[in-house]
Order: sequence, then structure tokens, then C-alpha cells
Amino acid sequence: MTMETPLSQVRGLGASGEGAKHWGLERATAASSLILLVWLGVSLLRLPDLSYLTVTSWMRSTLVAVPMLLLIFSVFWHLKSGLQVIVEDYVHEEGSKLLWIMVINFLSVFGAAIALFAVLRIAFAGTPA
Amino acid sequence: MHRNPSRPMSPHLTIWKWGPHMLVSILHRVTGTGLAILGAGCFVWWLAAASTGEESYAYFVSWATWKWALIVPVGLSWALFQHTLSGLRHFVLDIGAGYELQTNKTWSIMTMVGALLLTAALWAFIYWRAAA
Repeated sequence: MTMETPLSQVRGLGASGEGAKHWGLERATAASSLILLVWLGVSLLRLPDLSYLTVTSWMRSTLVAVPMLLLIFSVFWHLKSGLQVIVEDYVHEEGSKLLWIMVINFLSVFGAAIALFAVLRIAFAGTPA
Repeated sequence: MHRNPSRPMSPHLTIWKWGPHMLVSILHRVTGTGLAILGAGCFVWWLAAASTGEESYAYFVSWATWKWALIVPVGLSWALFQHTLSGLRHFVLDIGAGYELQTNKTWSIMTMVGALLLTAALWAFIYWRAAA
């Protein structure tokens, strides 16, 4: 027996029984991605050029590498949530829905891992000769 | 959870008269999907190339600046502006504001106009800098 009213028991759950947290995280990562992408865009436009030397020596600094790592976390989390919503809305068969969500999860984690590793590799590589 | 095929389906896209709010909603999903696949893919390629070395970076740049493929960076920047502006519109809708018919229509149109203007401004700036 619960003392909660029927309305408060279902509030925030929706037809699938879950999703309020997913919805919130999609908004939170949208906000953080917006801030970090504005930072990235402005920074790239302020660089004298986008040559190999300019970009790698720029990314070696802590104040660039750390926001880049955060941006990768934020953007890949957001795109994973977003693609999942697309699949949930347009794939109606439970089996293929599950399969597609798994593919999305694997590929977004894979992409994020490559990007994170690349930034760390540049940051830790030291000044090139 | 099984869908019962004998139940009627919502009429969906095929039957409604198109309006700006409907178009901006579809654009949000299309640009989001495009950015998630093509945009994130190019972003990962750029970072991986920069971390691998000068040669692989030069190979990336040769593709990224190839004039016949310019539609990709221009298109991606437009998609990012469109998705960002309609995303900001969603933040307003999420707090329960902006549902009045005229307001909703106005801001739907504004996101699309804004995205085109920002894309034009960005590439004008890039060309102006390259020429200077």
C-alpha cells in the first residue's frame, strides 16, 4: 500500500513507464553542447589558420584540451539520446527497435572514444620537432 | 509491447497541411540526424587525423576543402545553426511558453530565417578572411 495518489504515481512516467530522466538529460546535454560548441566555433575562427601545426599546438594547451574532452562527452551523449528518440518514434517493431538502439549506443561510444583518445594523444604528445 | 495492427494509425505527415511549425519540427529531426551521423563523423575524422600526423591531416584537409565537396561543410554549418535555433525554441516550448498560434508561427519562421542568415554570415566571414 502506498500513500501516493494515483496521479503522483504516474506523473513523469508516460506510456513507456520510463523516459523522464532521458528527456532531462537530452535537455541538459543540449545546453552544455551549446555552450561548448560556441566556444569551439569562436576559438576556431580566432585561430590564424587551421593548419596541422596551428591546430595541434592549440589543442595541446590545458584550457583547450579539457573543454574539448567535455565537448566530446556532451555532444556524443546528446546525439545518442537524440538518435534513440528517432528510433523509438519511427521503428515500431520491438526487436528491430532494440537492435537499432544497440547499434546507436555502440557507434556513439566508439566515436566518442576515438575522439577522446585523439585529443589526449595530441595533448600528451609534447611539442613536435 | 505489441502494436495491434487493427487499431487505427494516427494520420501523420501525409494528411496535414504543411505549416512553418511542422516544417521546423521535421527540420529539427532531420538536421539532428544529419549532424549526428555526418557531422560527428567528420568531427571524429578531423581529430583522429590531427592526432595521427601531418600526412593524415593533409589528407583530411584535401577532402574538407575540395570545392566539389563544399556542400558538406556549408550544409553541416547550416544544419548546426538550424538545429541550435530550433533547439532554443524547444527550450522555450519546454517551459510552456510560445504556444499561441501566431507566436508559434513567427518563431518557427525566425529559426529558419536565422539559420540561413547565420550560415551566410559565417561563410562570408570565411571568404573575407581568406581573401584578406
